[in-house]
Amino acid sequence: MRRLTWFNTTALTLGFAFLYLPMVILVIYSFNESKLVTVWAGFSTKWYGELFQNEAFLDAAKVTVKVAVLSSTIATILGTMAAYVLVRAGRFKGRTLFSGMIYAPLVMPEVITGLSLLLLFIGIGLDRGVFTIVLAHATFSMCYVSVVVSSRLVSFDQSLEEAALDLGCSPMQAFRLVTLPIIAPAVISGWLLAFTLSLDDLVIASFTSGPSATTLPIKIFSAVRLGVSPEINALSTIMIAIVAVGVITASLVTKRAALRQQAEERAAVKA
Amino acid sequence: MMLRRATLILVPYLWLLALFLVPFLIVLKISLSDTELSIPPYTPTLDFSAGWQGFKDFLSELDFENFQFLAEDDLYWKAYLSSLKIAVIATFLTLLVGYPIAYGMANAPNHWRPTLMLLIILPFWTSFLIRVYSWMGILSNEGYLNQLLMSMGLISEPLIILNTNIAVYIGIVYTYLPFMILPIYSALERLDASLLEAAEDLGCSRFTAFWLVTIPLSKNGIIAGCFLVFIPTLGEFVIPSLLGGSKTLMIGKVLWEEFFNNRDWPVASAVAVILLLILIVPIVLFQRNEQKQREAEG
Repeated sequence: MRRLTWFNTTALTLGFAFLYLPMVILVIYSFNESKLVTVWAGFSTKWYGELFQNEAFLDAAKVTVKVAVLSSTIATILGTMAAYVLVRAGRFKGRTLFSGMIYAPLVMPEVITGLSLLLLFIGIGLDRGVFTIVLAHATFSMCYVSVVVSSRLVSFDQSLEEAALDLGCSPMQAFRLVTLPIIAPAVISGWLLAFTLSLDDLVIASFTSGPSATTLPIKIFSAVRLGVSPEINALSTIMIAIVAVGVITASLVTKRAALRQQAEERAAVKA
Repeated sequence: MMLRRATLILVPYLWLLALFLVPFLIVLKISLSDTELSIPPYTPTLDFSAGWQGFKDFLSELDFENFQFLAEDDLYWKAYLSSLKIAVIATFLTLLVGYPIAYGMANAPNHWRPTLMLLIILPFWTSFLIRVYSWMGILSNEGYLNQLLMSMGLISEPLIILNTNIAVYIGIVYTYLPFMILPIYSALERLDASLLEAAEDLGCSRFTAFWLVTIPLSKNGIIAGCFLVFIPTLGEFVIPSLLGGSKTLMIGKVLWEEFFNNRDWPVASAVAVILLLILIVPIVLFQRNEQKQREAEG
């Protein structure tokens, strides 16, 4: 029954063309000689050269990476704690509110999250800059991390933890030696997700940043509002390349790990 | 042990209270305040030093003026209605584009599927802003699409697509397509192929079998996908401001402009409160659908 009919082939071909053609065009035209973005005038890498001379973009890139590393690390710690609380801590006062606060930011429009955090920062007199963007990003990404981690926590066998405790581990040791290695893949993908969300965010960063800190998306947004520019094409190409290499490597690594595990299990059965 | 458990609960709890719930209460409060042209541009502020009297003064000055203002100025009504309209149409279009792709994926040979999944997920990780931006070069008056159509002799005048609602629809379908495909794919993948064979053996044409068996069995995936597109689209800001024109009214854009251009914080806050009230309905329905699905599986 699983076969490629002409309908399926057409649907897949057209679908993937739609998904990838805009990005392919963007990449091709980033190597365009001409300043007029839509007219092809020969191959050139000069826009990449100009991009690396542009101090404003380089500074924004540094701020963005700094914010992303800090906020995703905080988000991973808080999100893992929150997931553990949701799955393992049982009943406590205010649990409903807690799980509500974990899920609500996932569906909250970015403009509202941004606006509310800005009003908070102004209300308590906090100067806006890298610090406030980190706080904002950590808050909404921790919810994504906790969803990813809790789905892993739900699926694994709790008796492993109990066995560790019976064998004399302290709860902290049991977490470090048993739970953490098992949920590690989810924690890592949670971190990566938080990192990408932070790199990507325009709206919340616009609300919570001050004049001292501009992130790359803010910079890109204000540049592309005026229209298409070859420098932005070059910058986009670099970002697309980084993501593509990252995602493909990650999927190859997981595939190989899965294969190795299968081989080990088979060997174990034989022995 | 008890202490450790309390710490584990309290740290994320307090973080979310301080940075999610309290900010939202502030929005609610400011939406009930009056506009002032000083910084911060609203009054009253809750004066903690004045104690109980300060709290009473604060309460007595709250009013629904901003909401009344929103109700009377038809810009806001139109913006809410037009956001709803755009979100509904765009969700439907995304379903039309996404369903065949999900169907094709679910019926592809088994060894293809991990690669197809990877290809659907890859755009997820790519910057949203860049994906929206990539359409600006395609749709503009001298853009690639018009160049192609003119060189083929199909049109003599460039089509005006960029800065219209059509461009907004294209942008939404493009960026939210994976959200539609993934839940439908996971519903179709679980579908038992022998049910279709049975339907065909019992005299259904392939199309009738698809209509009577496949569609109803993928219903939960369709519903989940539609909500996953509809909910974020309603408050969307980036797509209408880059691809839409001055006539594209969407509430996310109105809120942004009210705040950054007009610096009217109380009205911006009131806009946000109403947007949330509108969103509660689809969010609750979505949750209920998810729960039903979980129960059906469990």
